[in-house]
Amino acid sequence: MSTQLLTIIFVSITFLIYGVIAWISRAKSTDDFYVAGGGVSPLANAMATAADFMSVATMLSVPGLIAYLGFDAAVYLLGPPGGFLLLGILIAPYLRKFGKFTIPDFIGDRYYSNTARTLAVVCAVFITLTYLAGQMKGVGVVFSHFLHVSKEWGVVIGAGIVFFYAVLGGMKGITYTQVAQFCILGFAFLVPIIYLSVMVMNDPFVFTSWGGKTADGVYLLDKLDALSTEFGFKEFTAQRRPTIDMFFIGLTLMLGTAGMPHIIIRYFTVPKVSDARKSVAYTLLLISIVFLATPALAVFSRTLMLESLNNIPYASAPDWFKVWEQTDFLSFTDKNGDGIIQFIGGAANELKIDFDITFLAIPEIANLPNWIIALVAAGALAAALSTAAGLLLVISSSIAHDLIKEQLHPDMSDQRELTISRICIAIALLFGIYFGINPPGFIIQTVALAFSIAASTFFPAILMGIFFKKVAKEGAIAGMLVGLIFVVSYIVYHEFLGGKADGYWMNISSQGIGVVGMLLNFTTTFLVNKYYGNEPPLEVQQMVERIRYPKGVGEANGH
Amino acid sequence: MNDNLEAYWKANLRILIVLLAIWFIVGLVFPILLVDQLNNFQIGGFKLGFWFAFQGSIIVFVILLFVYAHLMNRLDNKYGVND
Repeated sequence: MSTQLLTIIFVSITFLIYGVIAWISRAKSTDDFYVAGGGVSPLANAMATAADFMSVATMLSVPGLIAYLGFDAAVYLLGPPGGFLLLGILIAPYLRKFGKFTIPDFIGDRYYSNTARTLAVVCAVFITLTYLAGQMKGVGVVFSHFLHVSKEWGVVIGAGIVFFYAVLGGMKGITYTQVAQFCILGFAFLVPIIYLSVMVMNDPFVFTSWGGKTADGVYLLDKLDALSTEFGFKEFTAQRRPTIDMFFIGLTLMLGTAGMPHIIIRYFTVPKVSDARKSVAYTLLLISIVFLATPALAVFSRTLMLESLNNIPYASAPDWFKVWEQTDFLSFTDKNGDGIIQFIGGAANELKIDFDITFLAIPEIANLPNWIIALVAAGALAAALSTAAGLLLVISSSIAHDLIKEQLHPDMSDQRELTISRICIAIALLFGIYFGINPPGFIIQTVALAFSIAASTFFPAILMGIFFKKVAKEGAIAGMLVGLIFVVSYIVYHEFLGGKADGYWMNISSQGIGVVGMLLNFTTTFLVNKYYGNEPPLEVQQMVERIRYPKGVGEANGH
Repeated sequence: MNDNLEAYWKANLRILIVLLAIWFIVGLVFPILLVDQLNNFQIGGFKLGFWFAFQGSIIVFVILLFVYAHLMNRLDNKYGVND
């Protein structure tokens, strides 16, 4: 059977599964819609959150980045798990005790101000729309390549499917669909790596096999370093980026993960505070299965690419090469006119590959059976759709609940609120389609912007809301504003308005600027609080005390 | 806040500070700040600092979250604030 036919079959089967689950567990009330009725078990919740968190950036960009950048890209791998630790011990259990639907709910109540609530809605929409744009690009890449439709149609088809089950299911449907998606994406991620591992190392245990010796008795990593040097690239295990930038990017990814609204709200769906703690631990355990296998994929891919893409006559290049060439993702320019492909470091390199396609291309490069290629496509789509659905829910709840119901029409019926939520999802998806077709950059650059904003707004505001009960609304609002404006201006200037890399402040790139934004947020809050802030009202201080211990937890609700 | 809850919160903060210190050392010091020094040691085909950056720190984070859940449950029971 052809790869394309197999892909269509695999993708259709998985989508059918999602559709059936979404239909069976569709939302009937706002509680179902926003927090799945509050009755999801910690393990099911952990699987759903893992699928929600692992996006196309995890599945496609990170292995590709590590393959291309080597050691420097380790921060993209270790950042998110570090962030889960912060989320698990500093944020999730307390917000579960607080017991409302959304982050703007917490910010608005804790800082007893609708200005703070609205500002939080703005931040949430900003973060999730940026993140969504990255997902939609990924959906476009996968569909256009495997279904042989144009990139535009790829994005539109993907958006249609997300709309179907996000709108229908709400959080309840999404949670159970994401459990299925976790299984599919985990399976689709590990199987090809195990295959490659057996092929390259003759050892199926992917977590350690890449540290072993190859058939010729040399450690694989030493061999890869030697191969890289031979073809004019820097050694794979060597560091290129300045240490300060590595530090700031790693820390930004950690703080950003801990402040990601679509992840935080997942822990509102478990019954108790102790369940929230347990659920975060399970989530990270499940995510780490994929994360710990990622470097193996990157190392195998890099080795195979260097070995098999060099010194082949262009005329006899394999079929998959020609297929990718039709897209913009791979291009060959015969600079020295010898008709032979040279994939080398420096200006003489003749082969350009978009690193976002590494994982999609490697099964073809390595000649794996074609059902594996189909499986990778289904897995990448599971990753993109589960994340997109979680993000859409944040956008819709922020606007329908925090903006319209809490502030403009408090007497609105549940039914009406649900309708407005669904309209918001549709509008957000139109943005997603637009940016999916005209992406502002690589998936990871787009996603990094979202992490920086989360690190400089939500993370500090929530942290101070829990641990410093004397912080008043004036300080918190000023801090979030300063963090948001600073980070957005720095990134927009450097990434989109032509700022040069040598103009980075203290060598800190756009991806690491979230830490500076957070420090500015803390400083501003502290100063404003000291000189202009009033003491928070007594009932707010009592509320902060209540969320600090688990006893007396109620169901999450919006009333 | 009564004395019991005050004591509970202090004990909670102590656990947090210890875990955050380990988080910082394992997540940022080993794989980034001290990576060159650790790379002088080798386990199998991995240089130690390199291994921490790609796998070691992640494993420690997972363990820390389970330790946290366990310690907090014990603390909740001890102070009678369990849910």
